[in-house]
Amino acid sequence: MAAVHGPQGGQTPERKGFMGWLNKRLPVDEFMRSQLTGYYAPKNFNIWYFFGSLALVVLVLQLFTGIFLTMFYKPGEATSFDSVEFIMREVNFGWLIRYLHSTGASAFFIVVYLHMFRAFLYGSYRAPRELLWILGMLVYLALMAEAFMGYVLPWGNMSFWGAQVIVNLFSTIPAIGPPLVEWIRGDYGIADATLNRFFSLHVVAVPLALLLLVVLHLVALRQTGSNNPDGIEIKKNLNRDGVPVDGIPFHPYYTVKDVVGVGVFFVLFTIVVFFVPTFGGLFLEGPNFEPANPMSTPEHIAPVWYFTPYYAILRAVPNQRMGALLMGLAVFAFFLMPWLDRSPVKSIRYKPFISKLALAIFAVSFVALGYLGLQPAEGSYVMLARIFSVLYFAFFALMPIYSRIGQPKPVPERVTYHAH
Amino acid sequence: MRIKVRALQAFMCSTLLLTSAGAGSRLMAAEAGEGAEGATQTNWKAWRADVDVANKGALQRGARNFANYCLGCHSLKYMRYSRLGEDLGIPADLLAKYLIPSGEKPANYILTSMPAGDAEAWFGKTPPDLSLMARARGADYIYRLFKTYYVDPTRPTGANNLQLPGVAMPHVLSELEGLKKPVYKAVEKHGEDGKTTTEQVFDHFEQVAPGRMNAEEYDGFVRDTVAFLTYVGEPAQIQRHALGIWVVLFLLVFTWLAWLLKKEYWKDVH
Repeated sequence: MAAVHGPQGGQTPERKGFMGWLNKRLPVDEFMRSQLTGYYAPKNFNIWYFFGSLALVVLVLQLFTGIFLTMFYKPGEATSFDSVEFIMREVNFGWLIRYLHSTGASAFFIVVYLHMFRAFLYGSYRAPRELLWILGMLVYLALMAEAFMGYVLPWGNMSFWGAQVIVNLFSTIPAIGPPLVEWIRGDYGIADATLNRFFSLHVVAVPLALLLLVVLHLVALRQTGSNNPDGIEIKKNLNRDGVPVDGIPFHPYYTVKDVVGVGVFFVLFTIVVFFVPTFGGLFLEGPNFEPANPMSTPEHIAPVWYFTPYYAILRAVPNQRMGALLMGLAVFAFFLMPWLDRSPVKSIRYKPFISKLALAIFAVSFVALGYLGLQPAEGSYVMLARIFSVLYFAFFALMPIYSRIGQPKPVPERVTYHAH
Repeated sequence: MRIKVRALQAFMCSTLLLTSAGAGSRLMAAEAGEGAEGATQTNWKAWRADVDVANKGALQRGARNFANYCLGCHSLKYMRYSRLGEDLGIPADLLAKYLIPSGEKPANYILTSMPAGDAEAWFGKTPPDLSLMARARGADYIYRLFKTYYVDPTRPTGANNLQLPGVAMPHVLSELEGLKKPVYKAVEKHGEDGKTTTEQVFDHFEQVAPGRMNAEEYDGFVRDTVAFLTYVGEPAQIQRHALGIWVVLFLLVFTWLAWLLKKEYWKDVH
C-alpha cells in the first residue's frame, strides 16, 4: 500500500490570519492542493520521468538568460556579430550568460527528445492522453522555431547560410512559394530585415506561444493524470477516500525526487558550459565565429545537431520539393502516434517482440540520421541516409499493422514498485 | 622593442609592396581552392598545436610574437591592450613599454596601423582580423599553416603553402624559420578501373636556407603564437575553467544532499 500523506482529496482546510485573508482573495492553498499536494502521481516513475520537469527548468533558464542577453544584444546586420562578441568579452559574466543560453538550447532538445522517447516507450500518447501528446508536439514545434530563429541572431556565417537553406525550403511550396519566402525574409535575400524580425519573434512571439502551450500541456496532464512505466491507469484502483492506491502526492514526493534530477542535470550541464561549451562544434559551430558573409559559403552547411535527422531526410531525396515535403512529414508523423498504435497494451514492457524491435529500429534510425545530417551529402552517406529514412517512415506507416501482431504479456492490475 | 615593432612593420610593408605587385584578386581565388594535389595524403591530423592556455609564459611570448610579426597587418579588433595585460599578468609599465605602440592608450582595441585600402591593393584582400581566427578555424589550422610554408618562385610572394595553396600572405616568419621546400615521393595508386597510376605525395620538407631559429625553436615560436591566438579567441576561457570547478563541486554537494532528502521522504512509500 502506498502510504498517503498530505490532504486526502476533498476540501482545503480553512486557515486563519494572513493566509486566511489571502485565501479568501486568491486561491493559494486551493491551487497548491489541486496541483501539488493533492495531485496523485503513480509511485513507479523511473529515470525517464525526470525529463518533463527538466524541460521546464531549462525553459526557465532560457527565459532568464535570454532576458539578460537581450539587454546587450543589438539586432542588425552591422551590430549583431559585434554585440555578441561584446557580451562574450566585455559584459561582466556575459560569456557565462551566453554559454548558459547556447548550451541551454541543446540541453532543451536533449531533454525534450528523451521526454518524447519516454512517451514512445510507455505509450503515454495513447487514449486518454492524445491531446496531451498533441499539445506536447506543438511545444516541440514552437521550440524548433524558437531554436532556429535564435541560431540566426549571432549573425555568424552559419547563421546566415542556415537561414538561407531553411527559409528557401518554403519556396518549394507550389504557386505561393517564392512570394511566401520573400514575405518571410522581408527582403530578396536573408538580410537586415530578416534578422530583426527573427529577433522579434525569438524574444516575444514564440516564447509567449511556448509558455501558453506549456501551461496547456500541464493542464491537460492534470486532467488525465500521468501515465507510468506499466502503462496502466492508477485511477482505476481508488481507496475509500477516492485516492489512487498506487498514487503518491506529487508534492513532496516527486518534488524532492525531481530536485535530485535537476541536480544531476546541472552537474552535467555546467561541465559542458564551463569546460566544453562548443561541445566539439556540435553546440556552437566553428564557422559561426566568422561573421555572416553572403559571398562565402561554408564548406558544408549543417544545422545544429537537433535538426540534423530531418536535414538528412531532406538531403536524402533527390527532388528538393519532395525532400521538403518528406521533411515536414517526418515531424508531422509524430502527431499521428495516438492513432497509429493499435497495440492492446500501452507499455513496451508488455508489448510483443516485434513492437520492441520496431521501436529500437526507429531509435537507431533517428540517431543515425542525426549523424548523417552532420556529414557532407556525398558517397555512401547519401545511400545510408536513404535507408534510414525508409526505416524512419516505416516505423510510423507500418505501425497500425505490426502493433497488432504477436501476443502481449499480461498486464498487472497494480503498478510494479519495489520499495528501496 | 617598440622600435623593433615599428621597424618590422615598415620592413614588412615594404617587402609586401615589392612582392605583391600585380597579385590582385588572383590570390583570393586561389586561396578559396581545394587542397593541393598529392598533399592530401599526408596525415595532417598528426600535426597538432597542442596549446595550453593555462601556460601564461607561452601566452606572453605569443603576445610578443604577435606584436612583432602580425600586428603590422592584422588586428585583434575585439581585444583591448589592457585586457591582455590583466589576463596574461603583464604589469602596466611593461605592457606600455613592450606591447602598446606609441600613441595608443591601454584601453584601446588592438588595431593594425595598416590602412585597409592599401592592404587590399597590396595583397588583393584585406588581411583578416585575427580575434576569432583560432575559434573559427581551430588552433591546429593556424599551426599547420605556419609549419607548411615553402619556397615557390612562381608565387608573387615567393612563398606557397601546403595547407592553403596559393596563400595570399607572404611567409612573414621566413627570417626565423629559414626557407624550405617540400620533397615528394611517388606513390602507386590503384584506380577503380584497375589501372595503376603514380602520384606525387608530400613526404617531408628540406631546408634550403637557414633561419635565425632552429626547427625546435621555430616550432615553439609558432606554438606560443597559436596559444596566444587561442586565448584571444575566447579570453573568458581562463576564468571559465577556474570558476567551473567550484560550480561543479557545489552542484555535486547539492545533489548529494538532495538525494539524502529524497531517500528520507521516500522511506514512507511502500
